[in-house]
Amino acid sequence: MDKNETATVKLTVNGAPHEGRCPPRKLLVDFIREDLALTGTHVGCEHGVCGACTILVNGEAARSCLMLAVQADGAELITVEGLAKDGKLHPLQQAFHEHHGLQCGFCTPGMLLTALDFLRTNPQPSEQEIREGISAVLCRCTGYHGIVKAIAAAAPVLKQS
Amino acid sequence: MPGKSAPEGSWIGKPVRRVEDARLLRGRGAFIDDHPPVANACHAAIVRSPHAHARILGYDVAEALAMPGVVGIITGEDVAKSTKPFSVGVTAPVQYYCAATDRARFVGEPVAVVVARDRYLAEDAAEAVVVRYEPLPVVVDPERALEPDAPVLHEAVGSNLAGHRRLVYGDPDRAFADAEVVIRQRFRFPKYGSTPIETYGIIARWDDLEGILTVWSNFMGPFIMHPLTARVLGVPENRMRFIVPPDIGGSFGIKSSIYPYIALIALCAMKTGVPVKWIEDRREHLIASSSGTDRIADRELAARRDGTVLGMRYRWLDNVGGYIRSPEPGCSFRPTGNFVGPYRFQHLEVDASVVMTNKSLTGPNRGYACGHLYFETESMMDLLAAEVGLDPAEVRRRNLIPADAFPYRTPTGGYYDSGDYAATLDKALEIAKYDELKRERATARAAGRYVGIGLALAVDPSVSNMGYVAVALDPQFRAKPEYLPKSGAVDSATVKIDPLGRVTVIMGTTPQGQGHQTIVSQIVADELGLTPPEVTVVDEMDTFTRVWSISSGTYSSRFGSVGTSAAALAARKLKAKLVEYAAHLMDVPAEQLEFRDGAVRLRTGKGASYSVKDLAGRAHWHTQSLPEGMEPALQATAVFGFTVSQAVDAEDRVNSSNTYGFIAEVMAVEVDPATATIKILRYVTVHDAGTIINPMIAEGQIYGGALHGLGGALYEEMAYDADGQMLTATFMDYLVPTASEAPEIDIAHVVSPSPLTTLGSKGLGESSSMTVPAVLANAVSDALAPLGIRITELPITPTRLWPLIREARAKA
Repeated sequence: MDKNETATVKLTVNGAPHEGRCPPRKLLVDFIREDLALTGTHVGCEHGVCGACTILVNGEAARSCLMLAVQADGAELITVEGLAKDGKLHPLQQAFHEHHGLQCGFCTPGMLLTALDFLRTNPQPSEQEIREGISAVLCRCTGYHGIVKAIAAAAPVLKQS
Repeated sequence: MPGKSAPEGSWIGKPVRRVEDARLLRGRGAFIDDHPPVANACHAAIVRSPHAHARILGYDVAEALAMPGVVGIITGEDVAKSTKPFSVGVTAPVQYYCAATDRARFVGEPVAVVVARDRYLAEDAAEAVVVRYEPLPVVVDPERALEPDAPVLHEAVGSNLAGHRRLVYGDPDRAFADAEVVIRQRFRFPKYGSTPIETYGIIARWDDLEGILTVWSNFMGPFIMHPLTARVLGVPENRMRFIVPPDIGGSFGIKSSIYPYIALIALCAMKTGVPVKWIEDRREHLIASSSGTDRIADRELAARRDGTVLGMRYRWLDNVGGYIRSPEPGCSFRPTGNFVGPYRFQHLEVDASVVMTNKSLTGPNRGYACGHLYFETESMMDLLAAEVGLDPAEVRRRNLIPADAFPYRTPTGGYYDSGDYAATLDKALEIAKYDELKRERATARAAGRYVGIGLALAVDPSVSNMGYVAVALDPQFRAKPEYLPKSGAVDSATVKIDPLGRVTVIMGTTPQGQGHQTIVSQIVADELGLTPPEVTVVDEMDTFTRVWSISSGTYSSRFGSVGTSAAALAARKLKAKLVEYAAHLMDVPAEQLEFRDGAVRLRTGKGASYSVKDLAGRAHWHTQSLPEGMEPALQATAVFGFTVSQAVDAEDRVNSSNTYGFIAEVMAVEVDPATATIKILRYVTVHDAGTIINPMIAEGQIYGGALHGLGGALYEEMAYDADGQMLTATFMDYLVPTASEAPEIDIAHVVSPSPLTTLGSKGLGESSSMTVPAVLANAVSDALAPLGIRITELPITPTRLWPLIREARAKA
């Protein structure tokens, strides 16, 4: 297939079905941002290290800069836009707000979804485990202090719900 | 709660949650790459030099031009033909264009740009652009670059020396002649940058009908770069519009150096006739955006046996890369006023050489030049303590500027506005339980463990006085009648009240995550008797509509002093107008009235009052009710400036910043001799930044700043091989601290309000980025003192430290 021919991508994003056509080489993150106009997912390095573009693919954290859009055909995605419900912040977002877990907010979407996946697998983490759990996302503003506090505060709330 | 305790009913001093969070947490921020402000923008991909040093022989663009979606290609030839080189901060004839014209001087230097329908197509075509090079000999080492037979980067300059100044304050030769103790040491500071997670981004549109160039970018200022860029492009300043989106994904000084790309992408838009967008990728950012300088420093310190410092000599070799780009050589001179740090010695010689080599270009990076300065000075203080047999805390205390000396004029022209350095140091020692730490160290050492304690003190300068840049020029040059002196640091704010009494504040401060909207809402809420959510703060820079000047922007920790002062002053101006208006309506002298709890009332507390809403309705609906001569608008703009911002004098003295905070830090570490890894056991940082407006945000700045310092001290280095190839062009190789590396930090404040700012606040954005390299090096040196190892070179990576430990142990 020529790199400029297009393929159909059908997927579910934040519970809503989406369909689009794009070249097979298009990165998933570019598809999300440009074709689906969901600009909350950010691009920080395009080589899978900074974690800013992290989303949930079928419930698991994945770097949308390391996937092609066509690879996500048929998948269920959650992006940062899918976290708040009915005008109310998700408990993890709320905790980030209360504990100053963000400054510029650029890494925040990837940080939130990484933390969400981490808390799913480890609902009652120690502080050290939180630090290791989010070490796949780089933040240059906060020194991680507020982020770690926020995740620790959100853990019991999420465990209950 | 740290910081100044808030008076009843005051929002200043409270950890008010941020208004910015609502959008950012939902992924609805407006970053440069998010919301295209123009339709049908094409995308740029930049072709970059693979050579560190090469002559450009020519370009073959035909194949690339014929590729799908390609709109146009701009090469160095177009750049040479259609633009001027940027002004540089030295007199050496360095021709710095926005892309290489005849020669590439570092790996990653732009040589051509492809504009295409989308970014994928642009990158395809960029690969097909052929640039013919003749490689030239390379030099990356700054000492080698100054040898007579070194390859010369700029033939017109004749050598690789971009600038040199020898500054003499007091009588350093006599201080050294009188000294009982002289200490000499060489230091090396690495090239590193704060790598914001959002890279550079630009959208340029050329309107050929009106002749207006509009540029959207995550540029943070200083806006001196606006006229400089207009000159490069040959566009009148009032036809060139810079717009900064409300959200910038971090900057830390790095995005002040985006401006050559603004010129380059604007040229693309002007040549191709389409709007052009460019979003830098991470590799481009690491190889070619900006960083601090790598420096070789030779330090000398003259003292008496009792530990009194008599004088110092600094000999610096700062490596600015392939071209000296403004505001360099700020790397040497930005801290001129605080060269002496917190110490009261009067005799200083600074010999600063700025060298060009085949590395990427440098510029402001968090703590601009102060990380270098204090790493050297604070190491020297420890060496002095060891030499005269005093505790490191005691040797520092003996040399501190005393609390009763403020405001204090330093020998280099700095005007330290307020502070109590001894009290701040004592507080840090007390919180760290210094004596207990020393006992623990003794126990650990007895057990054969390598535990050490480090101290570092720093005067934290904020709000650069633009006048400091002239220190780079010889006094004879500055004395010429045609030379225009430089000084100043201003910012503005507008507060307005709508017909229903609602308050809006308009700023143009280019925030990058520092919560300016929240802070301004606190300040104006206090002034006008409101709550912060009732105040709408618009902070979007637009050079067509905001009140701005060359110093505008958010850099050198200036918002905490200057932006906040402007916001408070504008609110006060408007408040005074409301009082005057109410006095007219009530037919009483204004002196009998006061503004209290959101209304104008009689000072006696009796009688009628006019609420803001009432006054606003009347003033908007019924201008006839205004007193004669009153401007019929309920809005006020204040422009705040500092009178202490003065030009450099004939003796090279300059107050290079406008407010000066203070930092005292204590750190304890343990070094594992088997792996050379460093564990931070305790880290205390005490700051004096005057009045703290929002302690939550202030602490956030300190946590973030400390981690930048930690990165430079332990992990981050833009490393090059001898051919000038960069070895750290990805985040796999350029190591940024993760959450696992972030230490626990004990933060405290001392509050010495600045007499110069409206609210007594000072900046603290750079904060511990400038002290952590020093405190960590001192702590590790102390830990390894039994082995005779002194850290004089950063970052302290295991590969660097382990051989030192092995060698020392073999000797012992």
